Amino acid sequence: MKVLVPVKRVIDYNVKARVKPDQTGVDLANVKMSMNPFDEIAVEEAVRLKEKGAATEVVAVSIGPVQAQETLRTALAMGADRAILIQTTDDLEPLAVAKVLQKIIGEESPDVVIMGKQAIDGDNAATGQMLAAILGWPQATFASAVELSAGKAKVTREVDGGLQTLEVDLPAIVTADLRLNEPRYASLPNIMKAKKKPLDIKELASLGVDTAPRLKVVKVTEPPKRAGGVKVETAADLVMKLKTEAGVL
Amino acid sequence: MAVLVIADHDNASLKEDTAKTVTAALKLSSDVDVLVAGQGAKAAADAAAKITGVRKVLLAESAELGQGLAEAFEALVVPLAANYDAILTPSTSQGRNVSPRIAAKLDVAQISDVIEVVDANTFVRPIYAGNALETVQSSDAKKVITVRPTAFKPAGDGGSAKVETIAAPAAPAKTHFVGQQLVKSERPELTAAKIVVSGGRAMGSAEEFQKVIEPLADKLGAAVGASRAAVDAGYAPNDYQVGQTGKVVAPELYIAIGISGAIQHLAGMKDSKVIVAINKDADAPIFQVADYGLVADYKTAVPELMDALSKAGK
Repeated sequence: MKVLVPVKRVIDYNVKARVKPDQTGVDLANVKMSMNPFDEIAVEEAVRLKEKGAATEVVAVSIGPVQAQETLRTALAMGADRAILIQTTDDLEPLAVAKVLQKIIGEESPDVVIMGKQAIDGDNAATGQMLAAILGWPQATFASAVELSAGKAKVTREVDGGLQTLEVDLPAIVTADLRLNEPRYASLPNIMKAKKKPLDIKELASLGVDTAPRLKVVKVTEPPKRAGGVKVETAADLVMKLKTEAGVL
Repeated sequence: MAVLVIADHDNASLKEDTAKTVTAALKLSSDVDVLVAGQGAKAAADAAAKITGVRKVLLAESAELGQGLAEAFEALVVPLAANYDAILTPSTSQGRNVSPRIAAKLDVAQISDVIEVVDANTFVRPIYAGNALETVQSSDAKKVITVRPTAFKPAGDGGSAKVETIAAPAAPAKTHFVGQQLVKSERPELTAAKIVVSGGRAMGSAEEFQKVIEPLADKLGAAVGASRAAVDAGYAPNDYQVGQTGKVVAPELYIAIGISGAIQHLAGMKDSKVIVAINKDADAPIFQVADYGLVADYKTAVPELMDALSKAGK
């Protein structure tokens, strides 16, 4: 069974995004970049499925600039077998990403695609569902547990108010939520080994996929700032202020 | 132009997020229909018909819609889209599950988590955990939008729209519902509560979280929330999670206990009207957004707070 794991290079989740003064976007120059944390969880899940013998091959794919090779090397160091970079300097919208992935899936024929539920830059949480739609595949989003068996995946999903379990026929799209697993740190020997694993690079333009943006970014601004408040000395003080000053009790 | 709002409900009752999404829809058009798709959801449809400004309610029922299967929603909504210029869904986990599937099937972008409707083509949405706001202009003929409910006031309840039953198309054969475990709670729902009490990693264990956070919440009639760190560590269930990757809340009063205030947590609560932070670290970033900060160990501060509330008649 082959697992495809799309991964995205994004701003490191510990770094605070800063809006550019000219309001054209977020300043990513000289900012630490990492693999999207939900994609890390997806890679971990795929590697665990392989270690358990449920999967035979894990292929990581990324769409991004030349530096996205580092992100793919991280996936390889975690245990992916090989990687594909669709190289572009364009910032693709979720629908375009889904169309590019559809093309790659046509070439690779994976049995299951496991990907992060959202990327922490655009915060759309849309690509997995869009990919499932255009492929006509079933989807199991926001997964907190995944079991593979012959031709099926049983997926526990995080839903409003609790958990839902679905069984989907393969091939299918699974998107990873926070509690699916805790991703491993790649060991130094594995980082060294990853450098020798195959990483195939294709130019986005060579795929012939329509990736034209549908949305024009008019401006990117800072959210209104909250003025810092006051410190209170005691709990009694706090209750008094909430009652009389803020009027919320 | 006409707009379709996909209702948020649990089959038994309609969620307030629907009325909030109607408010966003009314900024686009005065012809707003609401789709209630579920099973045994007549009462939810009747409630939707009472929302002020709704033209018509469509009720579609099947087992698969009742289970919230995205494939069933796609089969139902994509043909309906011919009658509408925009399809709005509240960005709950169910909305986020189904809406992108509909957008892709219509070959249009999804405009996610909209917090402001500027005009019929222009919308504001948060990106990077709310550290930036993006204004986007759509060139698609049809708009598929998810709406952040906390950014809109609920429409009133003075409507009297007709409920029209429509057929639910055949179910998807590749997705099978196995079961669900819903948490039953007497407390108000996190996203609709007037007061939210949240605990962080400082709690140290699930037992401590229950012992400290829950009694305080119950005293205040509040919902319980948690930081991602607390959820990650297993102190609280995932549906308590407030933040970029969990729920976005904007209550009248948000009380953060033992929460440092990571960027991703602030993204989920900084629009609350009044924020209280209790943390023993005076330098914790949570104090930068808190209206009232109490620098103290929660172990002493929370019992004192309980006492003070009792004395104040709570």
